[in-house]
Amino acid sequence: MSIFEYNGSALVAMVGKNCFAIASDRRLGVQLQTIATDFQRVYKIHDKLYVGLSGLATDAQTLHQRLVFRHKLYQLREERDMKPETFASLVSALLYEKRFGPYFCQPVIAGLGDDDVPFICTMDCLGAKELAKDFVVSGTASESLYGACESMYKPNMEPDELFETISQALLASVDRDCLSGWGGYVLLVTPTEVQEKILKGRMD
Amino acid sequence: MECVFGMVGDGFAVVAADTSAVHSILVHKTDEDKVMLLDSHKLLGASGEGGDRVQFTEYIQKNMHLYQFRNGIPLTTAAAANFTRGELATALRKNPYFVNILLAGYDKDIGPSLYYIDYIATLHKIDKGAFGYGSYFSLSMMDRHYHPGMSVEEAIDLVDNIIAEIRSRLVIAPPNFVIKIVDQDGARVYGWRESIKDVDIPKA
Repeated sequence: MSIFEYNGSALVAMVGKNCFAIASDRRLGVQLQTIATDFQRVYKIHDKLYVGLSGLATDAQTLHQRLVFRHKLYQLREERDMKPETFASLVSALLYEKRFGPYFCQPVIAGLGDDDVPFICTMDCLGAKELAKDFVVSGTASESLYGACESMYKPNMEPDELFETISQALLASVDRDCLSGWGGYVLLVTPTEVQEKILKGRMD
Repeated sequence: MECVFGMVGDGFAVVAADTSAVHSILVHKTDEDKVMLLDSHKLLGASGEGGDRVQFTEYIQKNMHLYQFRNGIPLTTAAAANFTRGELATALRKNPYFVNILLAGYDKDIGPSLYYIDYIATLHKIDKGAFGYGSYFSLSMMDRHYHPGMSVEEAIDLVDNIIAEIRSRLVIAPPNFVIKIVDQDGARVYGWRESIKDVDIPKA
């Protein structure tokens, strides 16, 4: 089994009309055994910037701690929050630093940039950025997620419709992947509010 | 072959571990205590490679004490868990410790808590957890019979049932177990469950 499939994960982020949604599954496993069904993969950097980290859970936790540290330093020096584009470059640089001994993580970054324009991107474990206008996926269920998102996605969805779409895409995909699932966690961010919702899917 | 498991009850946390020290086919001793008292209100149940287990857990214990001497107050359970994870994570890509840990503690304002830290430094706060081959039986038993807010009697009853299950279903089942408990009165041994006692050798 690959090191990326050790813990199991599923992450997806989608862009809507002046909003974005980022969703993850909730399973923490050790290969075939499930350890917990409430594991958090999506982390807040600031009010309008979230990062999801799929792959090896220990590296996701270490990377999250390093990113929070770097962002706090940035806030002290610049006296403002980081823009999503800048943050994506930071994550990419941190990952490439470990080019010959990488963090086994694939981040999904989602945020509202200047003028609240939604921004999403993903990268591989070495920091190769992939910008997208519609959706990005990551994790053991990524292939199913690509299919589900491609068929369900429409541009310029309102927040409610976006929430519905991302939830259905996530649940449908993790049901085809034994290493991810046990419910879902969806975060919907608009310029004025943040909604967190827990999804109940097939609990297996 | 090493079995460590634990759960959180109503105002307490319990950790049980087998007490066999084994090298290949040889059992060195059957009363090896694998659940260390980190400080007055913390338990560290560890399983893994022999030398690493003792070395790493003693290192963590001494650092807990050092913090208390320097600062006059003990660490909280969450802080201790994060410190332990940090040490494992730092060592992971240099000289990893092959030790899996269940850290249980009681904090005055928070109550009991249990943390799962596996050997590659994945940290998660849990209500019930287990390591080793015994986990295949203990996790299933706990999934069926555990509920939040169990009393001490109910929890120890469940622990005894788990030990019975391990003894009857695991091919090289450890004969003896130690059960330790931590609550507002502190961390202490609750009891031993022995089916084999070491033979006293008469002096020559």
